[in-house]
Formats: sequence, structure tokens, C-alpha cells
Amino acid sequence: MKFTEEHEWLREEDGEMVVGITIHAAEQLGDVVFVELPDEGTTVSKDDEVVVIESVKAASDILAPVDGEITEVNSTLTDNPGMVNDDPQGEAWMFKMKISDASQMDDFMDEAAYQKFIG
Amino acid sequence: MDDLHATALYDLHVSLGAKMVPFAGYSMPVQYPLGVMKEHLHCRAAAGLFDVSHMGQVILSGASWEAVALAFETLVPMDVLGLEDGRQRYGFFTNDAGGIEDDLMFARRGDDLFVVVNAACKEADIARMRAGLAPDVTVTELADRALIALQGPKAADVVAEMDPRAAEMAFMDIADLDLGGIAVWASRSGYTGEDGFEISVPASQAEALAQALLAKDEVAPIGLGARDSLRLEAGLCLYGNDIDAGTTPVEGALNWAIQKVRRSGGARAGGFPGASIILDQLASGVGRKRVGLLPQGRAPMREGVVLFDAAEAGREVGVVTSGSFGPTVAGPVAMGYVSKDASSVGTSLWGEVRGKRLPLTVAKLPFVAANFKR
Repeated sequence: MKFTEEHEWLREEDGEMVVGITIHAAEQLGDVVFVELPDEGTTVSKDDEVVVIESVKAASDILAPVDGEITEVNSTLTDNPGMVNDDPQGEAWMFKMKISDASQMDDFMDEAAYQKFIG
Repeated sequence: MDDLHATALYDLHVSLGAKMVPFAGYSMPVQYPLGVMKEHLHCRAAAGLFDVSHMGQVILSGASWEAVALAFETLVPMDVLGLEDGRQRYGFFTNDAGGIEDDLMFARRGDDLFVVVNAACKEADIARMRAGLAPDVTVTELADRALIALQGPKAADVVAEMDPRAAEMAFMDIADLDLGGIAVWASRSGYTGEDGFEISVPASQAEALAQALLAKDEVAPIGLGARDSLRLEAGLCLYGNDIDAGTTPVEGALNWAIQKVRRSGGARAGGFPGASIILDQLASGVGRKRVGLLPQGRAPMREGVVLFDAAEAGREVGVVTSGSFGPTVAGPVAMGYVSKDASSVGTSLWGEVRGKRLPLTVAKLPFVAANFKR
């Protein structure tokens, strides 16, 4: 699993990247009450706003970590946004993407580096 | 927190693991480890303790109750003179344009008036009172007192266990109580829609009182986050969002707070800032009104969301002034201002969120029925 400075994680699965937010990010957001996911098939560029997460108090954008195509979204989050707090690095993955430039993964952190990053 | 004030409970908040944020010049707890959602639900199910010591507490005193009450009536459109000893009322300062300068609670304690104002407005409020009431009325800020609210269906049991006289108090009564040897002024009121008390206590004894209350199983500390969602579900205004210097009490749907005696035809009609405008609006109505708004989907509609009367094109009819997720409603709730023709309960509107128009309905306030002890 790789981690970004935007507090997202990426996990490779069957040639695609599964993306979600980290436990640290979920803790910072507080109780998540709404998740808006992108359409499957959308082509995105790195740093495009792809997911909106609302906690009780505020809305936050989740950015595309790399260029690529959204192949699948975790639509169970729409009806059950609280999963983001319960299991952010497991069941509450947000979307899967086919990445167009693998070299964009080079800067991402491994778990130890990410733990150090969040202090 | 260089320039921030700390309340008497600051150390307690930190020791309870609160996330502290700047609010109206104070470092205040926005949430505790329980989190906003569970804090909110706990308050509606049992009892929540809130530090509201950042609010301004002021005593007005003069030669007699009548002198104090009549002087205060020159600043607010409320019946102050008719307030019985030991009773409290909601009110607001108005300006010459009929706008609301701040909202407040005022209570009669013998011949004195005890006024509680919003933290962000307290300096201006005190200056307004000094300028408007001197020299006959003395304005004293009680900077050495803290304010603790205990709210929720179990609040009365908790307080009555410490002083049985609390059980006898009705909604909007204020009385001296002895809570475990600490002499307090407690009013049966609050900002959550629940039964409960707002307790004014000497700052030096505030932490001891808070600890004694928190020691009860029913009581959990509640931060500003849940305070906001609780008051929004209860349909209560946040000054600066839902009412301000540019909104009148009639636009703000606060007509109920202006007693008959101060309205046209009343024994002490008018005589407060903006009276001609406000009395005229009470008689002839206004072009826009504060209403409850219930988004139909799951997406919260927050402050600033613009409202339209159609899913596409159409006419802009209003704006959201407070919006969030309501944990008890289990969905988004909001309030805002809409033009009069769009203000009937049940009217379908659309709010523009991130470029998309999402449906919502004008709804009755409060969203959660009040649970006061009448």
C-alpha cells in the first residue's frame, strides 16, 4: 500500500489501483455523513477533485492521486457514509482507477514514511 | 493561542482530550474524543455539559426595578417591566434600521436585570448599554463568572440530585441553587431544544462544578460542533448567520419575542431603536422570511447555498444561512431566508451545491420537537 501527502492510500489489485483515505484523514474529518463519488468511466488528471466527503461540520474534496480512468466506485458509501470512519483503509475504499503513467507513483510513501509524515 | 482568551474550564477541556479551536476570541472545545455525532445524540438522550463561559454576563442595576426595566426597554423591543422576579426572557438589541445587533437572554433577579449576550458582540453590547442606560443604570460585566450549560432529558435529575429546588423550576425560571456547596444562579433554559439549565458560577469554582457534573454517568462534555447541530435542529438562530444587523426581527421570524405591550396599540408601544420600521413590518409583513429548509437528498446544504424556484433557470429566491447534518433527524437540515412567495411550508425549492441544483423543501421549525419543562 502506498500513501500520498493528501492522506490517500493506493493499493494495487488486478492491475488497477484501489484508492481511499487514510485512518488519519478519517479521524481528522470526524463523522462522515455524505460521500459523493465520480461517475465510472470518467477520465481524470492528477489533483482533479473526484470525491466530496462531508462531515457534520465541513465539506472536503478528495483529489485524484494520479492521471487515469475511474473504473469502479464503492457505491455502498453513498448509503452508508459512516463506513469511512469505521474502516477507511479497508471496506471504505472510494474508487478504483486504471492509471496512465505508473511513474506518478514513484513519489508516494510507504507506510513507515507516511507514519513519519503525519508525525 | 497567543491572542486568545481561555475560559475557566480551559485546562479541563484539554485534560478531557478536546480539540480546541479559536472562537469569538476564545480557545474553545469544538469536540471531545466522543465526536460531534455521538455528542449530539448523547445530549438528546441523557445530558450534555457545555462551557459557554465565553458569553458575556452583565448585571444592570439602578434605583428600582422599574427604573432598570424601563431603561432597558429603550434598547430592546421586549416587555421587560412585566417580567416577574425569577423569570427570564429571550430578546435582542435593535438598530435604527430595525436590524438585530445581538440576541440575548435577560432575567430579573430582584431589582436587577441579569443579561447574557453573545461572545462576539459582548464588547459592543456593553458599550451600547453604558451609552444608552447611564447614568441612571449601572452596567457591570461579570468577568469573574463562568457559564456552564447542562442540557438534555436527564439534566433536571442530575441538578435536582444536588439541589432538589431545581426540580420545582419551570422553563425560563431563574433561581439561586447550591450545587455541592457552590452557590450558583441557574436558569431553566438553553440552546439545544432540550430541557436543561444554564448555570452562572464564580469562575474560581467553575472547574469543581464541571467535575462534579461530569462525575455523573448521564453527563458527557459537548463541544461547539454538536452545540451548533443541536441548536439548528431546534430551529434556534445563530447570531451572525441567521440574524444580524441587516435582518429585522420580523424577517427573522422572531415576532413571538416582541410582546403585545411594545407593539402598536400596546401600553408601551415603540420606544426602541428601529421601532417605526419593526412595528410597520409587524402590521404589513415583509418581503423575505427566515424558514426551515429540508434538503431531500443526503448532501448537506451549508451557509451561502443559493436557492432557486426551479431545477433549471428559474428565479433566485433566497439563501441558506445555516446548514449541516442533523444527527437526530438523521439527514441534512438547514435554515435560510426566502422571498415571501416561496416561504410557505411545503414549497419545493432547489439549492445550488457544487454547480448542481439539488431539491429541498421549506419545512416547519423546529426539526426536532422541543422538550422543555413547561
